[in-house]
Amino acid sequence: MKAIKNIRDKIRPHFETGGRFAKYYRAWEAFDTFLFVPEKTTFKGSHIRDAIDLKRTMVYVIISLIPPLLVGIWNTGQQYYQAVGIDPTIQEAFTFGLIKIIPLIIVSYVAGLVTEFIFAVIHNKEVNEGFLVTGLLVVLILPVTMPLWMIAVANIFTVIIGKEIFGGTGMNVVNPALLSRSFILFGYPAYLSGEVYTYTEVQEGHQLVDGYSGATPLSLVAEGEIEAIPSEFNMFIGNMPGVIGETSFAAIMLGGLFLAITGVGSLRIMLSVFAGGIFMAGTFNLLAFNEYMMIPIHHHLLLGAFAFGAVYMATDPVTAAQTGRGKYIYGFLIGVLIILIRVLNPGFPGGVMLAILLMNVFSPLIDHYVVEANIKRRMKRLKNNPVNVKETKSQ
Amino acid sequence: MSKTTINLKKGLDIPLKGKAEKILNTAERSDLYAVKPPDFYGIVPKMLVKEGEKVKAGSPLFYNKYDEKIIFTSPVSGKFKEIIRGEKRKILEVRIQADNNDDYVNFGGADPKSINREDIINKLLASGLWSTIRQRPYSVIANPDDKPKAIFVSAFDSAPLAPDFDFLINGQEEDFQTGLDVLSKLTKGTVHLSINEERTMRRTLTHAKNVEVHKFSGPHPAGNIGIQAHHIDPINSGDIVWYVDFQNVIMLGRLFKNGIYDGRKIIALTGSEVLRPRYWRIIQGASIKNLMKDNLTTEDTSSLRFISGNVLTGSKIYREGFVGFYDSQVTVIPEGNKPEFMGWLLPKPNKYSATRTLFSWLMPWKKYRLDTNLNGGNRAFVLTGIYEKVLPMDILPMQLIKAIMINDIGLMEKLGIYEVAPEDFALCEFICPSKTEIQSVIRDGLDLIQKEFS
Repeated sequence: MKAIKNIRDKIRPHFETGGRFAKYYRAWEAFDTFLFVPEKTTFKGSHIRDAIDLKRTMVYVIISLIPPLLVGIWNTGQQYYQAVGIDPTIQEAFTFGLIKIIPLIIVSYVAGLVTEFIFAVIHNKEVNEGFLVTGLLVVLILPVTMPLWMIAVANIFTVIIGKEIFGGTGMNVVNPALLSRSFILFGYPAYLSGEVYTYTEVQEGHQLVDGYSGATPLSLVAEGEIEAIPSEFNMFIGNMPGVIGETSFAAIMLGGLFLAITGVGSLRIMLSVFAGGIFMAGTFNLLAFNEYMMIPIHHHLLLGAFAFGAVYMATDPVTAAQTGRGKYIYGFLIGVLIILIRVLNPGFPGGVMLAILLMNVFSPLIDHYVVEANIKRRMKRLKNNPVNVKETKSQ
Repeated sequence: MSKTTINLKKGLDIPLKGKAEKILNTAERSDLYAVKPPDFYGIVPKMLVKEGEKVKAGSPLFYNKYDEKIIFTSPVSGKFKEIIRGEKRKILEVRIQADNNDDYVNFGGADPKSINREDIINKLLASGLWSTIRQRPYSVIANPDDKPKAIFVSAFDSAPLAPDFDFLINGQEEDFQTGLDVLSKLTKGTVHLSINEERTMRRTLTHAKNVEVHKFSGPHPAGNIGIQAHHIDPINSGDIVWYVDFQNVIMLGRLFKNGIYDGRKIIALTGSEVLRPRYWRIIQGASIKNLMKDNLTTEDTSSLRFISGNVLTGSKIYREGFVGFYDSQVTVIPEGNKPEFMGWLLPKPNKYSATRTLFSWLMPWKKYRLDTNLNGGNRAFVLTGIYEKVLPMDILPMQLIKAIMINDIGLMEKLGIYEVAPEDFALCEFICPSKTEIQSVIRDGLDLIQKEFS
């Protein structure tokens, strides 16, 4: 450790004002603050500060993403082997998934972070750690068959158009990971429609089983084949076709629990999304015009990206509502919209992305009304305050 | 006395090491004293004495350029030694070399009950003790021409390692009541005295006369005037309330009893780097030099931060520096000027976080030795809903801060800027993961409003 410190002290002058690479100070700083919490001390205001910072916050989100990532890796292999009619061991399935998914993650991070670094150097501001989360989230909401160049293009687009033109992390209007996905969905729809969720480029000696479809349970439901969906147990643990991170309800709940306990993710939003979903699904159950409306409520929560959206996407603090009450409204409406889009619009069986992006745009409006209510309380107090009236008279 | 307790749930008591033991020591008298103009926010000092001139306790040293009535006087007798200037020749300290003669200027004692408001104000102005009276909004020295709708005094301090006022008042109960009598003549409204439900025991406080007593319970910032006013009688646009610090009320009492500016006060010497944290008798503006003798964990002063006041709102001083005019506490903590390998990732048992991202929330009994490291880099706001947890007011902190950042005066007013002062947002600043200088932001907002309406 002392050795690292010595190297650091040796290299640093080159990047500081007057040094050979002074232009790239921000890039150096990003690496340096990654290794060391800098020796910066308070100079005005509170003399002591809480140990939490954005780096730790972001890392906690990444930790919470590990369970769905691991299950996603396993499930990628599991689905492949099922497609070719082999019953794999957990290890086989996991290894297969690892080989397919690691490149996606690497490309996602490299493309996004290089763009971020370029912007930081040009604008001479600190590199934000927000992309550490976005880079992983993007992979988890895409199918494993996504070409690498597509991920790179989508991430560069997101960092520039989704974040940097607004001023970087904390200033963006919509969830960056979802923006990446919607860029692909609307720009290159072929990569996100049809049977893209299982890796089906069979290896030598393997052959797809007859009649294999690879359709996600959600599209099965949309096509009216409700009986064909996997068992509740398989949906719960995540053994079904789908995008990498969304399939396992159990793993997502584990991550959600971690976010809620550490306070990094808003429990308020998570619960409200579930409440909204349950409310809407329940309403459809009561109306029950067609078969789709009659899907039991708990199946709705297990299907598609509902849980993943509720736990990881809706809770992004930058794009969610920021007031306490606003969060309830925001989350509830997301839950309602997801089920609404899912059931009533067969064109988009997965309504999660659109529901959250839409509410991202509406969250400032929700906050506006919560803030107005606070202002009204203050105005009312002014009118009702007897002390105030008395004092005005006496003057 | 109001029977109900105002129960505050929001807030935070930061568990620091180094609380002062209830032992009262008398410090060896300091030979150097200072009145520090930066203690009085918003004034510009104009000197009234020349270097080397003899002064008594109560002799004018300088006045406020913007309001000549408001003068600042010497706390001790001796001679005016020098002015210490900072950037742009700003006066930082007006130093007095004490002579230990205890010569006082006599302003004449009086029973506050039998003289009128104008005489009281004139006596306060002449003695320099007018500066003990501050106002909200803006948290600056009060304007003697105003008629405040109420006056607030807090009989407890909830800040980290704060002194126990029940202990400080020992033997000065009468002077405190006299001080309250003085204040009650200054307003047609009420003088509100806030006490702490669990900690305030003394009858002088719980049954103080000429005031309305309010009981509070809950964590810091329950002891802040701004929080108390918000729950007792909120400040609306156009309102002015005054407030006086606890020990300064006693000083006002002594001025009326004896007719002199008697600057004796007690401070709590606190913090993890003080070997024997205790209470000390000093005189207003004294140097802390003698208190630090053989009382620090290290003599390497570059690794220590000396603070006049508490860790949240106090001002940075140096080892031979001077106790601030409004402070009843001196805190010494370690500087955090060392880089820390992977400090943001590894779990650190000695780090404290009010959030549940570290292990500190699992060890509520533990006390911490916290240093001055920022613990991270400055960022845009990302996390939401955390600032509300430490501000026990019906005010939306993040929205107010953002309104100030974009200089939207109308929105600031609507969101309650008149009710707040930087100190009320100190905890928001402490917990901010984006390391925003929130107290400075609040001050900027208040400055902007004050400029707009003056």
